[in-house]
Amino acid sequence: MIPRQLVIGVAAMAVLVLSMGFYLRQMRRNAAALQASAADVRPVSPPASGPTEIVTLYVADDAAGIMRARSAHIPLPGGRQQRAEELLRALLGIYQQPGSPHPLAPAADVRSVYLVDPGIAVIDLNAPFADQHRSGILDEQLTVNSLVETLAINVPGVRSVRILVEGRTRETLAGHADLTDFFDVNAVGQALGERPR
Amino acid sequence: MPFSATKKVLSALLATLLFVAANPSPEEKHLSVYSPVATYNLPVTDRAGHEYIGLLELLEPLGRVSARTEGQHWKLRFNDVDCDFAAGKMRSRIRGRDVDLPANFIIENSRGLVPLNSLSSLLPRFLGASVNFHETARRLFIGDVATHVVAQIDAANSSRLVLNFSGTVNPTISTEPGRLRMVFSRDPLVSPATPSLSFDSKVITQATYAENDGIAELTINGTAPLMASFSNNGRTITVSALPQSAQAGGTASSPPATSTQPPDQNALPIQQPVTTAPPPPLAAGSGRRFLVVVDPAHGGDERGAALNDKLAEKDVTLGFARLLRHELDTRGISVLLLRDGDATLTLDQRAAIANGARGVIYVALHAASQGSGARVYTALLPVEGTSSGPFRAWNAAQTLSLPLSQGLAAAIVSELLKQEIPARATSASLRPLNNMSTAAVAVELAPGPHGVNELASANYQQRAAAAVADAVASQRTALGAQP
Repeated sequence: MIPRQLVIGVAAMAVLVLSMGFYLRQMRRNAAALQASAADVRPVSPPASGPTEIVTLYVADDAAGIMRARSAHIPLPGGRQQRAEELLRALLGIYQQPGSPHPLAPAADVRSVYLVDPGIAVIDLNAPFADQHRSGILDEQLTVNSLVETLAINVPGVRSVRILVEGRTRETLAGHADLTDFFDVNAVGQALGERPR
Repeated sequence: MPFSATKKVLSALLATLLFVAANPSPEEKHLSVYSPVATYNLPVTDRAGHEYIGLLELLEPLGRVSARTEGQHWKLRFNDVDCDFAAGKMRSRIRGRDVDLPANFIIENSRGLVPLNSLSSLLPRFLGASVNFHETARRLFIGDVATHVVAQIDAANSSRLVLNFSGTVNPTISTEPGRLRMVFSRDPLVSPATPSLSFDSKVITQATYAENDGIAELTINGTAPLMASFSNNGRTITVSALPQSAQAGGTASSPPATSTQPPDQNALPIQQPVTTAPPPPLAAGSGRRFLVVVDPAHGGDERGAALNDKLAEKDVTLGFARLLRHELDTRGISVLLLRDGDATLTLDQRAAIANGARGVIYVALHAASQGSGARVYTALLPVEGTSSGPFRAWNAAQTLSLPLSQGLAAAIVSELLKQEIPARATSASLRPLNNMSTAAVAVELAPGPHGVNELASANYQQRAAAAVADAVASQRTALGAQP
């Protein structure tokens, strides 16, 4: 005959073990969710406000090795500088979508765009943009051309563009495209003219 | 971008040192390797009374090769052959079998060195092809590549010696009274049936074959000043007495002597056609020699793109560059290779050396894992920096030569398409193209139809190299250089 107290004790222990197991499972789920959100280091930009406009984005296509002009409806703020930043973020948004024709790192972002007279635009990229960019002349040049041409076509008066990374001069984007000089908007436009749009 | 005076002096000094380092001194020993895919030279190192050679460097142009050091062991993989060497040991394992070397294996700075006299037994295990090693002359023949020569006095004119070669040759020729020397540094020439031949001729009396330190040499002795002329697409060289008029007056227009040794004071002119004649030395004076600067991009600490888990861009560009050098050599075009090993060079150093060498064409070689075929780039010039008087801004030195570069790029694309390699020309902001004062292009080799691994294939690279060399050769006239 098993004493009644022993039966109650064992039952209580079993309930406790099951409860602990359930709690542990929940804790693991929470930890996994926390880890996933920590890995996504994409900066959260404030939503752009302003009327929606139709703009032309120059989107790189790796497979064809060319740029394609694409129209997009995006809300643009009134200021020239903020407008330039939103344009490039919209472009990056295309590159960061699944199945992008020219994939960029999820964490890649444009920190700021500065418009300086006379006709100079300075694009400041964040470190993951360059650090996680694929290496290769064509890949890198398509990125540069895409940024420069999108800016030049939508922000009148831009004649030369400089690209910085985290506010500093970087020798190349990912081992090839030279970032130490000002890009001549006309020269980039002529280079694009060699390709079908 | 302006440089301070100190930086300029230091850059020039460094460039000079690198240039000097790239041209080995005559005392250095060399091994010449002749194979169906490449002809190249490697330095030989003396250690503990034995001659050694770097095994990785030896195999690199011949296939896919990688090596790693694990403690005292040096493990190498060539195509699908694995082998294991141990530092200070004579026993090694190749394809799972023990192989004894004639002297200890050496590891130096992660380089694996094998005794030179082990190559005859070692290489067939890697290559699966016959290997003929002329050990005393340090000349290595892989496969059936040897060029044979038959020498005979012309039946119609006993003062002419006709040398018929089994393949195209491109020797460096020098003359002195009564003697003509042909040095074959890149041709796999082997000895005729007897090394010394005597002729029943009053003008040409003897021909002697010798080989030493990686080169073969034919010396023709005569009783009068001699000259050589090429025919049959470089397969025939005819040696004859110099015409009396030339002997009396001399000819300043022909290039004297060789690029490998100082011209003799009494050197006599050599009659050679454009297609096979080695170019005259830079210092010769009257014109600009047709020198092509080949720049295998990246190297040393800078690996370039990771083409796959094992393949680095810097290794592909080096193999490609060596093949291109060979292809240009066979077309009689002088080549300066900016790096012939795993060296680190900055972009400014590359530009300084290439501009300093006064090359007519600069070709940078790159490789990428994306896309297919090849892309040929010319400079996408940036906003020009400040020019001062006759000095152009460093970032826009290419401006005046850009049309020439674009012509060259178009020619390369055309030749690549002939080789059935998809190609197109475009422009890129890629240094040091914009710092070059001469025609400058970059060729980026992308995978062929068989994927990224094809980038390391000697056959694929060979086709691309032949196309680039053909295009370069076709631009000689357009670029106005002295042949």
